[in-house]
Amino acid sequence: MEENRTLNYTPKDFKSDQEVRWCPGCGDHAVLSAVQKALSELGIPKEKFAFISGIGCSSRFPYYMDTYGFHSIHGRAAAIASGVKTANPELSVWNITGDGDALAIGGNHFIHAVRRNIDIKIILFNNEIYGLTKGQYSPTSEKGLVTKTSPFGTVEEPFSVGEMVIGAKGKFFARTYDSNVALSTQIFSEAAKHKGTSVVEVLQNCVIFNDGIHDVVTGREVRDDRTIVLKDGQPMLFGKNNDKGLVLEGLKLKVVRLGENGVTEKDILVHDSHEPNPGIQYMLANMRYPDYPVALGIIRSVEGHTYEADVEEQIEKIQKKAKIRCMDDLLKSGSTWKVE
Amino acid sequence: MAKNSKVIKREEVVIRFSGDSGDGMQLTGTLFSDTAALFGNDLSTFPDYPAEIRAPQGTVGGVSGFQIHLGHSEINTPGDYADVLVAMNPAAIKANAIWVKPGGTIIFDKDNFTEKNIERAGYISDPIAEEKLENYNIIPAPISSMVREALKDFGLDPKSVLRTKNMFALGMVYWLFDRKLKYTEQYFDKKFANKPEIAEANKVALRKGYYYAETIEALNPVIIIEPAQIDPGIYRNICGNTATAWGFLAAAEKAGLKTFIGSYPITPATGILEEMALRKDLGVKSFQAEDEIAGICTALGASFAGYLAVTSTSGPGLALKSEAIGLAVMAELPVVIVDVQRGGPSTGLPTKTEQADLLQALYGRNGESPVVVIAASTPSNCFHYAFTAAKIAIEHMTPVILLTDGYLANGTEPWKIPEMKDLPEIKPPYAEKNDIPFLPYKRDCERLVRAWAVPGTPGLEHRIGGLEKTMKGTVSYIPENHEQMVRIRADKVARIADEIPDLAVWGESSGDLLLTGWGGSQGYLMTAANELREEGYKVSLVCFNFINPLPKNVREVFSKFTKIAVAELNLGQFADYLRIKYPEFDYHKINKVQGMPFTIKEIKENCIKILEDE
Repeated sequence: MEENRTLNYTPKDFKSDQEVRWCPGCGDHAVLSAVQKALSELGIPKEKFAFISGIGCSSRFPYYMDTYGFHSIHGRAAAIASGVKTANPELSVWNITGDGDALAIGGNHFIHAVRRNIDIKIILFNNEIYGLTKGQYSPTSEKGLVTKTSPFGTVEEPFSVGEMVIGAKGKFFARTYDSNVALSTQIFSEAAKHKGTSVVEVLQNCVIFNDGIHDVVTGREVRDDRTIVLKDGQPMLFGKNNDKGLVLEGLKLKVVRLGENGVTEKDILVHDSHEPNPGIQYMLANMRYPDYPVALGIIRSVEGHTYEADVEEQIEKIQKKAKIRCMDDLLKSGSTWKVE
Repeated sequence: MAKNSKVIKREEVVIRFSGDSGDGMQLTGTLFSDTAALFGNDLSTFPDYPAEIRAPQGTVGGVSGFQIHLGHSEINTPGDYADVLVAMNPAAIKANAIWVKPGGTIIFDKDNFTEKNIERAGYISDPIAEEKLENYNIIPAPISSMVREALKDFGLDPKSVLRTKNMFALGMVYWLFDRKLKYTEQYFDKKFANKPEIAEANKVALRKGYYYAETIEALNPVIIIEPAQIDPGIYRNICGNTATAWGFLAAAEKAGLKTFIGSYPITPATGILEEMALRKDLGVKSFQAEDEIAGICTALGASFAGYLAVTSTSGPGLALKSEAIGLAVMAELPVVIVDVQRGGPSTGLPTKTEQADLLQALYGRNGESPVVVIAASTPSNCFHYAFTAAKIAIEHMTPVILLTDGYLANGTEPWKIPEMKDLPEIKPPYAEKNDIPFLPYKRDCERLVRAWAVPGTPGLEHRIGGLEKTMKGTVSYIPENHEQMVRIRADKVARIADEIPDLAVWGESSGDLLLTGWGGSQGYLMTAANELREEGYKVSLVCFNFINPLPKNVREVFSKFTKIAVAELNLGQFADYLRIKYPEFDYHKINKVQGMPFTIKEIKENCIKILEDE
């Protein structure tokens, strides 16, 4: 039935006719471009994409994609996306969400989607603030942040997205930041290909209510020294001169400099996102400035059973030896009696 | 069988098995009702069990009961008062003494009437005397010691031996009503095929009970209930939860759809999820969600993806699903929400029945949020109304709330099995393949239904969501557009009235009193109305299954009666709803909120009072 179409998509093919209404300068624009670019290169027919979102600035995303889309209610997109994917595993299902949507009101659905390893792609826009309600603190806001609902600073510890994902038995976690479209595109593409729940945290700037919150890490001048882009099989080196690296000292990661104290490239940890044991990946995901560079790239990517595939497999197995094959069979099964 | 005893024929009889929640009363009752059904009696059953899985032994709070009403004539309720009470301990007497007909038979396990148990049940020394039951047919049977004696050579541990007490009691009841043991014996052979010694122990206990009752002539004369006059066909016993699950499966098959259920376990609705989870053979995808909200949200996702999607819950869960039901209203996606009502508010009475979620179902959402509300009214017609709920949801692209209740969910009755070919067609309103560009909120002029474009279909890519939209699917804050869309959504649901059957009147189409009810009270109201008519009152009955929209002939039906009485297990929600819809009539309320169905007696007394009041 599926005709052999050649899929020569360009990012433009994924743009809907809707005017994009995010604030000028909002990090969301760049993420949208990166997703459209990644999708155009995946070789998946357009009608197979479904974008599901909750509530928040980022959740307007589906309106701007010329794919199937469902802009739902606050926090619930992971559950809706789980239903879509379970019903039709052939679809490429994307859940667009934010730090409030996914980790506060939708925290339960988020961790359970990850636990089930259902094959949905969760793009979590983390701007550490509530934008659509005009500037209240979020579950990822740094402790002490002054906002409209924390006029004297928050007294709450923030969540770390990567820590939650790994804690919920997650098998794919990556991090990028909004203005790095090339890195984002590559990560979205890998997330799409990964079989299982893929969580991509995008450090995203809210130009109105939390402007520059990530600049201390991702600012043009400092990003080389304050971030590390992890690549499989490559030593964990970073810095303007690529001369800083990560080693394991005792039970902790440590930043070292090549050439100092006899450190050579051989001493530097080599990244392996496919290692099932999440120990090192967990530490990488949790690295914070100023003690460490913030890890970017694919931090964890481990194969595993997916929920929707196991559901189908179970049904197939049971149907093979089932005595009941249609409703009439079921209605007449078990104890019945005839009245003449 | 019952060779030496006299025999008397009766039209109907009510039996209640009662004991500790660990005594196996539910199984005992089920086995008796299956035997009665196979014999050809009409029947209705109702289990009554505590919320605690094992409440403290011997306490009134831990009493679990199972009532069976069987008859030679048509049976519509599990019956008010029992002819026979089986009480496994003193607490069972305490909980049920007032539910035994004066002069009825009470069988109890004498060995269990220890000082400690008597005290624990709240008696001083003699429950029978303290309840003034001396004139009843009291049968103190040494059940525990007799099964111990009968099974002493089986090598079973004492616990396993005592677990057969219920079968001894069941054997006694079989003798009282001249029933055969065959079906129950077969059940044990099958159930314990791998543990033949357990099967045999139960069968021995059953037979010993039977012979014991015969020896002591436990009832004289023995009561015979001849088979009922029943429509020819193939029958089975079914409870409301299973019937509900099957109704959905039947609808999916008729519609050519696959079925998805997203639910979170909650008493008394869990049976629906459990039954559907079993039906992998029919391809059901069952999703036990992390919470009630995820239950409906996964269902909505599946609906978006082209499935017949349902979610099952009870009152507190319906509250949690409210926002997502509103989303289904806005997105115009088909989904059925089953609310198996229980006593509320809050956690309320989880295992007891009530009809107090009606207004929540009708109005419990933000904004103008019309949904179709349907109520099943017998355990077996849950099948029909689940089927109908799914049909309406799919064909009209709307959420439908199906109300059942704890009584319907767990109650059983014989059900004439339908054939799939006799059920109506269901036609999903799929978008045409060449309907490009696809406008998600374009509607057919007649029914105002939008088309269903399922993800995966090339060219029909579109966006839906909770924000107000134009016909094109574009987000819109234009005031006039919002009002127009609100009115269209309301009108769409209202027009479903064109497709639902007229309200049927049982009895004369005019008279002094129209007894009115909805949902699960039907059987009780019907019996009460029949009895009142036999006593010469001009009483007819209507029972609503379609609550929103209401049938089109309500005004016409109501106008033919001098008085209207609305009986429901709440403080008058349906009466108030009718008052809004048809303010020209006066509504007398008959209400009960005790976590229990009506009794025939109280309905009749209320009706007579209303009839006699000027």
